[in-house]
Amino acid sequence: MDGAGCAHHATCSALLSQGRSRSLRRPPDPRGSTLKAIATAYNRGHHRLAVILAGWTFLLIIAGALVTSNDAGLSVPDWPTSFGSLYKIPKLVGGVKFEHTHRMIAQVAGLLTIILAIWTWRVEKRRWMRVLGFAALGTVIAQGILGGLTVRFFLPPPISSAHAALAQTFFCIAVAMALFTGRKWVEEQPRVEFDQRRPSLFTLTLLSIFVLYVQLILGAMFRHHGLSWWPHVVHAVVVAAVLAWTSIRALTVYPQIEAVRRPAILTLSLVIAQLGLGFTAFLTRVSWGRDAVQPELPMVLATVAHVAVGALLLAITVILAIQVWRHVPIAFEERVPQAQRDPSAA
Amino acid sequence: MLAVYRTDGDVRGTAGTTTSKKGDIMNKKTGWTKITISALALCALLILAACNKKEETPASTPAAETPAASAPAATPIDPATVATINGTVKFDGTAPKASKIDMSQDPGCKGTNEAENELVTGGDLANVFVYVKDGLGNRTFDVPKDPVVLDQQGCRYHPHVLGVMAGQTVQIKNDDPTTHNIHPTPKDNREWNESQPPSSPAIEKSFAREEIMLPVKCNQHPWMKMYINVVKNPFYAVTGKDGKYEIKGLPPGDYTIAFVQEKLGEEDQKVTVAAKETKTVDQGFKAAAE
Repeated sequence: MDGAGCAHHATCSALLSQGRSRSLRRPPDPRGSTLKAIATAYNRGHHRLAVILAGWTFLLIIAGALVTSNDAGLSVPDWPTSFGSLYKIPKLVGGVKFEHTHRMIAQVAGLLTIILAIWTWRVEKRRWMRVLGFAALGTVIAQGILGGLTVRFFLPPPISSAHAALAQTFFCIAVAMALFTGRKWVEEQPRVEFDQRRPSLFTLTLLSIFVLYVQLILGAMFRHHGLSWWPHVVHAVVVAAVLAWTSIRALTVYPQIEAVRRPAILTLSLVIAQLGLGFTAFLTRVSWGRDAVQPELPMVLATVAHVAVGALLLAITVILAIQVWRHVPIAFEERVPQAQRDPSAA
Repeated sequence: MLAVYRTDGDVRGTAGTTTSKKGDIMNKKTGWTKITISALALCALLILAACNKKEETPASTPAAETPAASAPAATPIDPATVATINGTVKFDGTAPKASKIDMSQDPGCKGTNEAENELVTGGDLANVFVYVKDGLGNRTFDVPKDPVVLDQQGCRYHPHVLGVMAGQTVQIKNDDPTTHNIHPTPKDNREWNESQPPSSPAIEKSFAREEIMLPVKCNQHPWMKMYINVVKNPFYAVTGKDGKYEIKGLPPGDYTIAFVQEKLGEEDQKVTVAAKETKTVDQGFKAAAE
């Protein structure tokens, strides 16, 4: 392979900044190159709100997991009201403690998302960020409707599972917004190294996200009594293998790029933790807790931790994919007709 | 001569066209506006559909779930010839220890509570639903006007297993100082879920279709579970703590008697009773395989 780096640095910068293409016609500069990201002002307050929303969403996912694990999904039988009221807080005992707390946290998440979407629209120069802000708002609205439908239709597994999957999708959007509004993303000149391996690291990160989504849906279907436990357990092997492949590739080939190395280490660590938590959840729920007369604390703790770490793992993998997209673009050979390769034809 | 059939199935029932040119900002904006409006309209429809569900479902009065008023008149039974079937249901093997229930998450739940899914006292098995499963042919029976009562007291259901005829009223009371929700999860009947605050009037419901071991639970208190058995004839009973049951007023004939336990499954027996005969039909259940 001949040549190295971008033929026209300015062109590459423009392509990167516009986000249109990551496919570059020339092989990489072995020394690495730095490209300037789009010029946009860092807004501390805006970024902090995005971080708060991401953290709050994580809390919301834990609260939702507690509802399912405590079999409290229908303890408040009505929606959008709670025991006939939109604002009164009922006595937080029994299953109501979990279900209504989940609803209150969700309402705050909705409010934060509205504020973030409007703020993003007003301060952001990046059009796609403004769109992302409203995509987050649309997702949180859809999520609220799914939550309501699952109550109104008595927890049908497909709706309850869609509610669980969309929750983590929203969490990933919130985390991505926090990343995109961060000082590092906005102000740093990203170090870029072109990826010539196949499959590319970016492809691997996309594959990782895909297998995690499948796993998320299988797990949710199991938790909501729509599927047996074994598809989730069998697919865990696939997820572990794909995520390990992705993380190890990132760590061995691009250890010098901090923005890639950090999420790769986290991904690998969380995979190991998640396998342990999954095994514990299996023991406490399927094996030991099969005949339990009520949700037992070890089962609740193990399962909720498994859901929480699963959400973190998906979010970290999305961050890894984004950072790989930014720092390790795919390089491919120029394929042009022979006639055009001939300088005399030009 | 009694023939024994075993059925190992789990009976718990878990039940304008717009052309858009590239660069035409107005058209693009119009397109996005249409998409946004369509999405919002869809959301609104979904919400509306969800909110209207309550109105679409039949009113939860006993009459609403009662079989059609044009049901045929009950087939007469000669009281002078009726027979009785009684007996005891035993548990074969080491009696399982009842699991303690932790009710600390709600201070309104007083006292102690134990699981009732396998209630064995001295080998006698309680809470077994016994009913005439087959043999009554095309006979029809009047639906009793008196309701059967299901009480919530001490954050447990009384009784744990209930028999009721299809269309008969089930009166649900709350004698606890805390809110319960009653949530049947049927396979063949309509599912519903209602909360019942302390000191509130009894909820009256009925079930239109036959369904054995229809689970009922309280999502406020996840340990609260009971089973309603909906049958089309009045020949049923539930074993007491002594494992005994009695079915009276049965016309002479050949029947299949079913014994159903929520965890152990169903055992059937063929039995023939003559006029005025009292026949003892005992049944044993073996411990469920681990």
